[in-house]
Amino acid sequence: MLTETPIGLYCAAGDFHIDPWGAAPRALITHAHGDHARAGSQAYLCADACLPLLRQRFGADVPVQGQPYGEPLTLGGVRVSFHPAGHILGSAQIRIEGDDGVWVLSGDYKRAADPTCAPFEPVRCDTFITESTFGLPIYRWDPAADVVADIVAWWHANRAQGLASLLFCYTIGKAQRLLAELAAITDDRVLVHGMVQPMTEVYRAAGVRMLPTETLVERPRGTSMAGELVLAPPSARGTPWMRRLGALSDGLTSGLMRVRGVRRQRSYDRGFVLSDHADWPALIDTVRETGATRVLTTHGHAEPLARHLADLGLDTGVLRTAWDDERGADDRE
Amino acid sequence: MTPFAALFAAIDATTSTTAKVEAMRAYLASAPAADAAWAIYFLTGRRLTRLLSARAIGDWVSDATGVPGWLMQECYAVVGDGAEMAALVLDQMPVAPDAPLGLAAWLETRIQPLRGQPPERQRDAVLAWLRQLPRWERFTLLKLLTGELRVGVSQTLVVRAVAARAGLPVTTIAGRLAGAWTPTAAWFDALIGAEASADDLSRPYQFALASPLEPGRDTLEALQESLGSPSEWQVEWKWDGIRAQIVRRADTVALWSRGDEVLTDRFPEIRDAARTLPPGTVLDGEILAWHDDAPLPFAALQQRIARQQQIARVAKSVPVAFVAYDLLEQEGVDLRDRPLADRRQRLESLLRDVAAHPMAPAPVPDGRLPFDPPESGPVTQVLRASAQVAAGADTWETAAAARTQARRYGVEGLMLKRLASPYVGGRRRGDWWKWKIEPFTIDAVLIYAQPGSGKRASLLTDYTFGLWDGDELVPVAKAYSGLTNDEIAEMDRWIRRHTVERFGPVRHVEPVHVMELGFEAIARSTRHRSGVAVRFPRILRLRPDKRAADADTVATLRAMIRDQRAPAG
Ligand SMILES: [Zn+2]
Ligand SMILES: [Zn+2]
Repeated sequence: MLTETPIGLYCAAGDFHIDPWGAAPRALITHAHGDHARAGSQAYLCADACLPLLRQRFGADVPVQGQPYGEPLTLGGVRVSFHPAGHILGSAQIRIEGDDGVWVLSGDYKRAADPTCAPFEPVRCDTFITESTFGLPIYRWDPAADVVADIVAWWHANRAQGLASLLFCYTIGKAQRLLAELAAITDDRVLVHGMVQPMTEVYRAAGVRMLPTETLVERPRGTSMAGELVLAPPSARGTPWMRRLGALSDGLTSGLMRVRGVRRQRSYDRGFVLSDHADWPALIDTVRETGATRVLTTHGHAEPLARHLADLGLDTGVLRTAWDDERGADDRE
Repeated sequence: MTPFAALFAAIDATTSTTAKVEAMRAYLASAPAADAAWAIYFLTGRRLTRLLSARAIGDWVSDATGVPGWLMQECYAVVGDGAEMAALVLDQMPVAPDAPLGLAAWLETRIQPLRGQPPERQRDAVLAWLRQLPRWERFTLLKLLTGELRVGVSQTLVVRAVAARAGLPVTTIAGRLAGAWTPTAAWFDALIGAEASADDLSRPYQFALASPLEPGRDTLEALQESLGSPSEWQVEWKWDGIRAQIVRRADTVALWSRGDEVLTDRFPEIRDAARTLPPGTVLDGEILAWHDDAPLPFAALQQRIARQQQIARVAKSVPVAFVAYDLLEQEGVDLRDRPLADRRQRLESLLRDVAAHPMAPAPVPDGRLPFDPPESGPVTQVLRASAQVAAGADTWETAAAARTQARRYGVEGLMLKRLASPYVGGRRRGDWWKWKIEPFTIDAVLIYAQPGSGKRASLLTDYTFGLWDGDELVPVAKAYSGLTNDEIAEMDRWIRRHTVERFGPVRHVEPVHVMELGFEAIARSTRHRSGVAVRFPRILRLRPDKRAADADTVATLRAMIRDQRAPAG
């Protein structure tokens, strides 16, 4: 049903690519993260809820079409539908039904609740292509509410010491999830890096309730940032932008922060383990719930997960090329 | 266990030394004495001998969780730490909390009795404990069992925290923490107790410090005018070592650096030689690497400073001597108010007496063998009086001439001390002057660091140094080179852990490290905040013996401009 090509996974029966990293005539997109949705294809198809995010990323001129979750569409010889993946707003699993049975490609997903997007729905299938970013038993997430409570405690402790709290997070999804989770605890305004604001507005327009935000640029020159919580992308670390914040404590929200050595090596003051990917038990449970007899793994720790699933009696394989990009397994979104 | 694990977590979660000290102080204030004693044991870098291997624990965790060995190995490859990996994998095992047990009870009634037990009993006990503990406590326990518990604090910070807890001076605590001790409740109570204990007998006096003789003030005429006749002055070499005091009282001996560090066990040959001094003796002097009759370069001494283990072995290749400048206490009497000339005479006759009739070394309280005498040489090789330069001359010419030879003798220049002066702690201008060889060297404080370029782009190698202007450190020079690769790597690690603030790639670090900078020329500058620009600054060496407060001032640097054309020596 799906084959690996130099620009990504290709479905010959339906004549489309999924999350291609090269120019494709027709691209089906699981979600708006940069390692999945790349510019350059001629036409894009995604879940309805993903549409405004892709428009924001690609501009209004690029032909992007939306499809409601769960409603099938016939493309050539296959029926295609999008199903919520619970990863970020508009993220989808792609179900393809054809002569080779039912295939589901998970895209990135998580099973934990997220106030910014529709929850993951298990979809029965014969072949399941699952992400495996955190495919090792060391990865297991605490409830998001606990992590957010830790973040608030850190923010308030910093405030008491006159420090700004600079929290690094991905600009699409993680930042908005934080702003939405924080809204359950506080009403305070949060400062954001200029790269965080546009997507946050897209989320707001989509009806996601979040804390009010303001960019640093909007603050009058010379105002102290002491006590503020500031969200910024990891790429802003070490840039002159940080100068405006004065004395600060910094932290990163990522599943990678589960490992102490990784946090120390990157010398963040704090690491908050909050991920939009499935943890180890969620990966295993999800594979079981799909009822798939054949499972292909991709992203991150694909090989250990495949080997473990093979030990459980499944037919398994590793998709090496899908979503591989130059940044390496560590920094995928 | 929980409060200690929480302390470990709190220290781990911050790069701020203030926060670390406060976390330790708060723990020590609330923990029972026996727990606090053990906590200090680990905080000061002491460890239990390994009870169990990380591998054995990994096997047990694999059995208990059903995670196969190959998968544990995949996890290890990512985590890089056996105890942490095991704790993370164990997270799938629900916690069945047991009654809380203090750190001391954990160690004394559970962990240590495990030693020598059959492996099955060890396994059953460890797994049962692990079931009771939350994640970070599991991690802490596993680190204790494998003897790998390392908490990221320096001895200095621990001393500060204990001193804050006890409300006692840092020197008292540093003295009490030095040497061998057993972590017990009684020991901790004594550690923070106000009553003078035997350990306090080892307290040094505040060091007297010299002021630099600025260029322009060191011409023969200027010297004659401001200092008077050289016959009123004691002229010594300014040795390039570690300034230290030997404190020999009752049956104790302690060797103190100027940074309030106890060096007694780092220099066993000095310790043992000092035992031959009569009780009630305090000497001020310099520790130098010394071979035959000459000092070795400071770099040699640095090998001794860096080494904490296997001291006896390094001591063979780098012997040291204590060159005494002054006698501050004799027969228990504080001599500091007497004139230097009197103290100097007493010093010389004391050292002569000791050489002629060395006292039998005092018994060693903790049962250590005295340092191997054949390598350390006779007492006189180790304890020496500093040589007098140009004694009795009536013009400054002899001294100035000697100073030109300073480099050849491996010294930094001359020390001028007024023969009639008392010994006054701190830096008091007038009676003590240092007259360095190279006018253009300063002791500056590292304040900013940023990555280098090219091959060193991943390391923080570009340093900015500051000098004191009032109570502020003002940047005066940037320097890139002069350190060894090992020193650079070590500094890089330190900087990352002690960054106070970041501006882009630039890290503002805690003002702790003092380095000696040399430069070719100085000029006034309006572009520099200090008002001074230095040419070709380079790092001459690290000064681990100096504290930030001991660094030079901007005024010193400005004064150097005034007479650039004065001959350097
Ligand atoms: Zn991804
Ligand atoms: Zn993603």
